[in-house]
Amino acid sequence: MKTERPLTQHIRADGLALNLREYEATGGYQGLRTTLQMEQHQVTKTIQDSTLWGRGGAGFGTGRKWSFVPDKDLHKRHIFPNEIVVMIEEPAVWDNALAGFTTGVKWGFMPKGEYATSPTYLVANADEMEAGVFKDRVLLEGNPHQLIEGMIIAAYAVRADTAFIFLRWAYKEAAQRIEKALAEARQANYLGEHILGTDFSLDIHLHISAGRYICGEATALLNSLEGRRPTPRAKPPHTATVGLWGRPTVVNNVETLSNVPHILRNGVDWYKALSYTAEGGTKLYGVSGRVKRPGWWELPMGTTAREIVQEHAGGMLDGYQLRGFLPGGASTDFLLAEHLDVRMDLKSVAALGSRLGTGTMIILDDKTCPVSMTANLMHFFARESCGWCTPCRDGLPWTAKVLDALEAGQGRPEDIDRLQKHAHLIGSPDSTFCPLAPGAMEPLQSALQYFAEDFQEHVRQQRCPWH
Amino acid sequence: MMTPQDRREIEALLHTYPTRQAVALEALKIVQRRQRWVSDDDLRDVAALLEMTPAELDGVATFYSQVFRQPVGEHVIRLCDSVSCWIMGEIALQERLSQLLGIRTGETTPDGRFTWLPVSCLGVCEQAPAMMLDDTLYTQLTPEDLEAIVQRYVQEGSR
Repeated sequence: MKTERPLTQHIRADGLALNLREYEATGGYQGLRTTLQMEQHQVTKTIQDSTLWGRGGAGFGTGRKWSFVPDKDLHKRHIFPNEIVVMIEEPAVWDNALAGFTTGVKWGFMPKGEYATSPTYLVANADEMEAGVFKDRVLLEGNPHQLIEGMIIAAYAVRADTAFIFLRWAYKEAAQRIEKALAEARQANYLGEHILGTDFSLDIHLHISAGRYICGEATALLNSLEGRRPTPRAKPPHTATVGLWGRPTVVNNVETLSNVPHILRNGVDWYKALSYTAEGGTKLYGVSGRVKRPGWWELPMGTTAREIVQEHAGGMLDGYQLRGFLPGGASTDFLLAEHLDVRMDLKSVAALGSRLGTGTMIILDDKTCPVSMTANLMHFFARESCGWCTPCRDGLPWTAKVLDALEAGQGRPEDIDRLQKHAHLIGSPDSTFCPLAPGAMEPLQSALQYFAEDFQEHVRQQRCPWH
Repeated sequence: MMTPQDRREIEALLHTYPTRQAVALEALKIVQRRQRWVSDDDLRDVAALLEMTPAELDGVATFYSQVFRQPVGEHVIRLCDSVSCWIMGEIALQERLSQLLGIRTGETTPDGRFTWLPVSCLGVCEQAPAMMLDDTLYTQLTPEDLEAIVQRYVQEGSR
């Protein structure tokens, strides 16, 4: 039984944020002090070694992200900045976002040595706009200093001199707490010029978004920060070489960055041992839907979906059965009750044809129509499409319309085939600029597969059997 | 028209970013605070201050769901219609709100007191269904809760 919960164990029961003194009393900013004694490359290496995967939903390793940043000292020192990156990579701090590199690897993409330039930016992605996802809110409201410390360490490793927190517009409580924590950190010289007497300087600015799910996509987010329409950018180039205002930029998720201080303080081996699987650390899991105790829990990475739903969420409400679930937010494929023993990590959920995503589960019960739920999801994605690519801009509303017709009793037999065909066309990764439309197709194509009979009944009965 | 106070607030932000355009959203939010939406005059003034064309700035303004380019009522109701809230009974809330105010999503009451806007997820899915009324969040709503809350605002206005 693994019981350590480094990210949330100190969050107060009354939900108020830890102030600076309280955070320091938990060992806060020790990771930063350790970091400032290290060479940048050693920090990144730590994160690479940690196997920290991005926690934003895409699955990009943090250390690797960091190592993409140019290193202006590399040349002079004859040291590989990759070493810092490797540390982050090793403990498997996977950037819990949507992508698929460990965090250390992401850091390692940043230019180094003679290629290093200034300014270089770090951005904390606190947009969290996917329907059904609320885990970063817990960390932002409960322990903003933990995020700030993680950002300072990350900025040091990738040699960033300016950082931004890109915050979801609806998180008004979090916004106030972050501002207060930033002021405390500046006061204590954890931020500002010559941090703790070193030659490292950094400031962090809070940017409050004005809505739209697409801003959570890293390159759309950068356009938004620049005051533009947040349409995604073509990749390559990766943001580590051409990011914010054309400068090298790392974008990491809030939960990812909140892991970083603990890895630096306690080491790679400790971090890896927190997990049940090869993907290191703990994970913030969440459950919403008709369960007895909807909520969030920090648990070892790889905890089974069954344990999360049955033990932590208290099982289904009386009179309801679990029929299926979206394992990690609106853009992940449905799984069924028979899949509940899956270990909730990137690899295991992917093996079932879905994605861990953010690890925030949405439960489909037996009294909720799966066709109708899919229609609701499709309306979300259609509304939030940025409109740049035709398959997304036109395809998503069209798909939503077909699902509405099925619900309204106007479905035709060929509609199901058409939905399948379009799920394939819109969902193929090369048909659009960014993952929004393919993400939207994940619940649709899995619903068509797992709830085929329900779709057919809608057509056969010319009505929604649930209404 | 942009006020001198608006201008001072926007100018104070310029040093944070390497370009003037980067302040666009914050500037729009500042002018929006005054009358709850961004008029064409406001837009032109902000564009001039940020050295953008009005068309360019409008392209930005119209993209974001929380920048309003049309007048809204005294109170803005955002009832979440995304998946977790939908599962937990949001349709019943929609019906009740529609009965109470006589409007549908995207509309403003004839007396100009309430605007009901669609909103994608408020990030409190474990406390669904949820609504944000102006800046205040309400969670785990039943239709009865919703009615009581809205009635409070209605009565406040008639006093």
